[in-house]
Amino acid sequence: MATDIVMPQMGESIFEGTITKWLKKPGDKVERDEPLFEISTDKVDAEIPSPSAGVLKEIKVGEGKTVPIQTVVGTIEAVGDTTAAPAKAAAPAPVKPTPAAPTPQAAKSAAPPQPQQKQAAPAPQAAAPAKDGARIHSSPLVRRMAKEHGVDLASVPGTGQGGRISKQDIEAYISEGAPATSGSSEEPEAYAPQASAPAPSAPSSRPAQAPPPPATSGGQHHVAFESAVPRERMYFGNYEVQPMSIMRQRIAEHMVASKHVSPHVYSVDEIDMSKIASLRAKAKDEFEKRYETKLTFMPFFVKAAVAGLRAFPTMNASLDGTNVVLHKEINVGIAVALDWGLLVPVIKNADEKNILGIQRNMNDLAERARGKKLKPEEVQESTFSITNPGVFGGLFGLPVISQPNVGILGLGMIEKRPVVINDSIAIRSMCYVTLSYDHRVVDGAIAHQFLHKVKDTLENWSEPLL
Amino acid sequence: MPSTNGHNTESQVTFLEAIKQAMYEEMERDPAVVLIGEDVGVYGGAFKTSEGLLERFGWERVIDTPISESAIIGAACGMSYVGLRPICEMQFIDFIVCAFNQITNFVAKGHYLWNAPAPIVVRGPSGGGVHGGPFHSANPEMYFVHTPGLKVIYPSTPYDAKGLLKAAVRDNNPVLFFEHKYLYRRIKEEIPAGDYTVPIGKAAIRREGKHLTILSYAAMMHNSLEAADALAKENIEAEVIDLRTLLPLDEETILKSVKKTNRVLVVHEDTKTGGIAGEIAAILCEKAFSDLDGPIFRVTALDTPVPYSPPLEQHFLPNTQKVIAAAKELARY
Repeated sequence: MATDIVMPQMGESIFEGTITKWLKKPGDKVERDEPLFEISTDKVDAEIPSPSAGVLKEIKVGEGKTVPIQTVVGTIEAVGDTTAAPAKAAAPAPVKPTPAAPTPQAAKSAAPPQPQQKQAAPAPQAAAPAKDGARIHSSPLVRRMAKEHGVDLASVPGTGQGGRISKQDIEAYISEGAPATSGSSEEPEAYAPQASAPAPSAPSSRPAQAPPPPATSGGQHHVAFESAVPRERMYFGNYEVQPMSIMRQRIAEHMVASKHVSPHVYSVDEIDMSKIASLRAKAKDEFEKRYETKLTFMPFFVKAAVAGLRAFPTMNASLDGTNVVLHKEINVGIAVALDWGLLVPVIKNADEKNILGIQRNMNDLAERARGKKLKPEEVQESTFSITNPGVFGGLFGLPVISQPNVGILGLGMIEKRPVVINDSIAIRSMCYVTLSYDHRVVDGAIAHQFLHKVKDTLENWSEPLL
Repeated sequence: MPSTNGHNTESQVTFLEAIKQAMYEEMERDPAVVLIGEDVGVYGGAFKTSEGLLERFGWERVIDTPISESAIIGAACGMSYVGLRPICEMQFIDFIVCAFNQITNFVAKGHYLWNAPAPIVVRGPSGGGVHGGPFHSANPEMYFVHTPGLKVIYPSTPYDAKGLLKAAVRDNNPVLFFEHKYLYRRIKEEIPAGDYTVPIGKAAIRREGKHLTILSYAAMMHNSLEAADALAKENIEAEVIDLRTLLPLDEETILKSVKKTNRVLVVHEDTKTGGIAGEIAAILCEKAFSDLDGPIFRVTALDTPVPYSPPLEQHFLPNTQKVIAAAKELARY
C-alpha cells in the first residue's frame, strides 16, 4: 500500500508551493520524518519531512513545478509491501478497479503532519489518471455520469482533493472525448488562478544567436518581469542564462510592487555611536560569558527604533485604502542576507524585550533563516523594518520599504571619523542612518523627528547591558 | 400603533414591526383571533410586539396570563376547540419547553386522535447572538420538527415574517412560529401595504448559483448571503436557499437545487447533533444520492448550551467566516 506525499500548506494564506529540490530518488529508502524534498512558497523555503517510512516509489511532481497545496507530489511504498505495481505500469485499468484495502499503518500515515487549515483556494491541478489497481475516488454523481456516458473512470484525471474525480473533471473528459489535462477544461469554472508552473530552463552558455524562449513564472505576466528594451538587445557576445529562483522572483515582485504603491522619500542623519561602542566594548566579553551569545550593535538600533516608533506611531503603521492602520504591536523586521537571497524575519513585540531578549531572538531567527527552518508566521506581521547595508561596508543605503510597512531604517557602516565638537576636531565612531518612508502616510517633519529620536536614544544610551 | 391596516403606502419596516402588523391585521380581519401570553396586554409584550393591541381589541382578545407556559398553551388549545384561533406568545421561546407536554401530547395529536384540530399559533423570540445567556437564546425548533402534527416556521425577513405569520393564523393546524430576536430591530425592508400571505412549506431561493447550495434559515440566512458575496469574489457561485418552513420541509426546492449544484452546505444556528442539517443530509442520501458530488457539510453551533460569556458565545455560534471556510473546502473537494 502506497502512501501519498502531498504538498503541505505552509501557512494560512498559502495556496501553492514550488518543489525546488527532491532530496531522494525513486527507489531510495526513507525514514518517517526524514527530509524528503524542499519547497519554496510565497513566504519561506522549507524542508518537508517524509509522512512515513518506506521506499520513495514515485515522484509525480518534478523539481521546479508549482502545484496547489494538497496535491499529491509522490508516493511512498511501505517496506515489505509486495502488492505495489511498478511505478509506471500505465496499462489500461480494468473496468472495475479493485479497491485496495488500506492497511492501518498506511491509513494512519496517509497525510504528512501539517497545520489543519481549512482555507485554500481550490485550483485545478495537473493530475494523472489513476494507476492500475489504485482505488479511484469519485462521487455518486461522477459514477452515475460515467455509467451514462460509458466512461471508464480509470482513464479520467482527477483534480479534486487527493486526486478525486469531480463533476468538472468528468464533464471536461466527456466534452473533449479524450483525457483532460490541467486547465484544458472549457468550463469557465476555474475557481482560482491557474497553478503556476515555472519553466526552469537549465543554465546554459551559448554564443549570441537567437534569444532563448522567454522564461516567466507559469506564464503569469508580472510587471516585475517586464523588459524596458526589446529582448533581442540583451543577448550578444557570450552569455549565460540563469533562471531566477522562486525567492528571487518573489523579491522582484515585492520590490516592484513597493516602489509602485509607495512614494519613497529618504532622510539621512548621522549618529555618534561612540558611547554605544565603548559600552559594548566594555560589556561584550562578560555578556558572552554570561548569556552565551555575542553582543552586536543591532539590538541597540532595534531599541532606538522602538523608542522612535513609540514616540511617532504613524511610523508604525500600514495603509489600507484611505485608512491608516496604526499597529499596537511593535514588530521589527530585520533583513537577513542569505547566500540565495534575502529574508526579513520579524522580532515580535520588540518593545517588550531588553537588549538580551532582542539579541537572542535575532540570532535564533537569522540562524533558522539560513537553515531554511523559519515558519511562515515568523516572516509576517512586521510593523517596521531595519536593514543593515553597513555590514557589507556601505556608507549608507536607501532601502526599499518592505510592505505593508511605511518605513524602513537603513544602517550605514560604523567607522571612526573626524567630527567637530565645540570647535575642536575629535575622532568619533560615526554612523549614517537613513529612513525610507511612504510619503502617503508620513511627512518629512515626522520622519526627521523620528530619526532624531533614534539618534538621541543611541547617543544618550541609559539602559544597562548586563 | 400599527400604521398598516389595509391600504397605506409601502414603507420600511423592521422584523418586529412586521410581526406587530401581522397580528393587528389578523385580529382586525377575524374576530376569532385572540392573543394570549405573559405581559402581552398592558405592557405590550417584552419586545413590544403587541403594543397597542389591548387598546384596540380589549381585554377579552388580548389576554395577560400568569407565568405558566403550560397554562397558556392548554388554555389556547381549549379555546381553539370552541372556535377561537389563539396566538400564544412565549416571552422567550426557551420557555416553550415548559409547555412541551401540552404541545406534543395534546395540541399536536388532537387532530389524529379525536378529530379535534387545534388551530393555534405559538410564537416567540428565539436565537442567540445578543448575549442572552443559556436561558434566553434557545433554538428549540427541532424538538417540534420531530413531532408529527405540527408545522414549524422560522423566517428570516420582515416580509416573510408578516406573510407567514398571517398564513399561520389562518392555517387549521397548530403552527410554531420562531422569531429570531437578533433580527428584530437589525433588518428593515419595504413590505407591500395591504393583505398578503406567504405560503407555509415553501423555501425561497435568495441567490442563484451553480457551484454549491447553501441551505439556511433565520439569522444564519443573512450570514450565508454575506458568505456567498465573499465567495463570488473567488469565483465560487453559491446558491443560497432560505428554508423558511422547517416542517413540512420544501424537499422539491432543495432537490432541484442539489441537482444543479451537486454540493450542499447546511448552515443553522441550532446545535449540531439532531439539527435539521442531519435530517436534510439523510433526505439527500435517500433521494439525491447520485446527484451528490461531495459530502454534505454542516456549519452549526457547538453541542453545548449557549454560553453567557460574549467571547464564548461568539465561539459557539456559527458565523460568516465559518460558512466561507466550509464552502471553500466543499468547493475544492
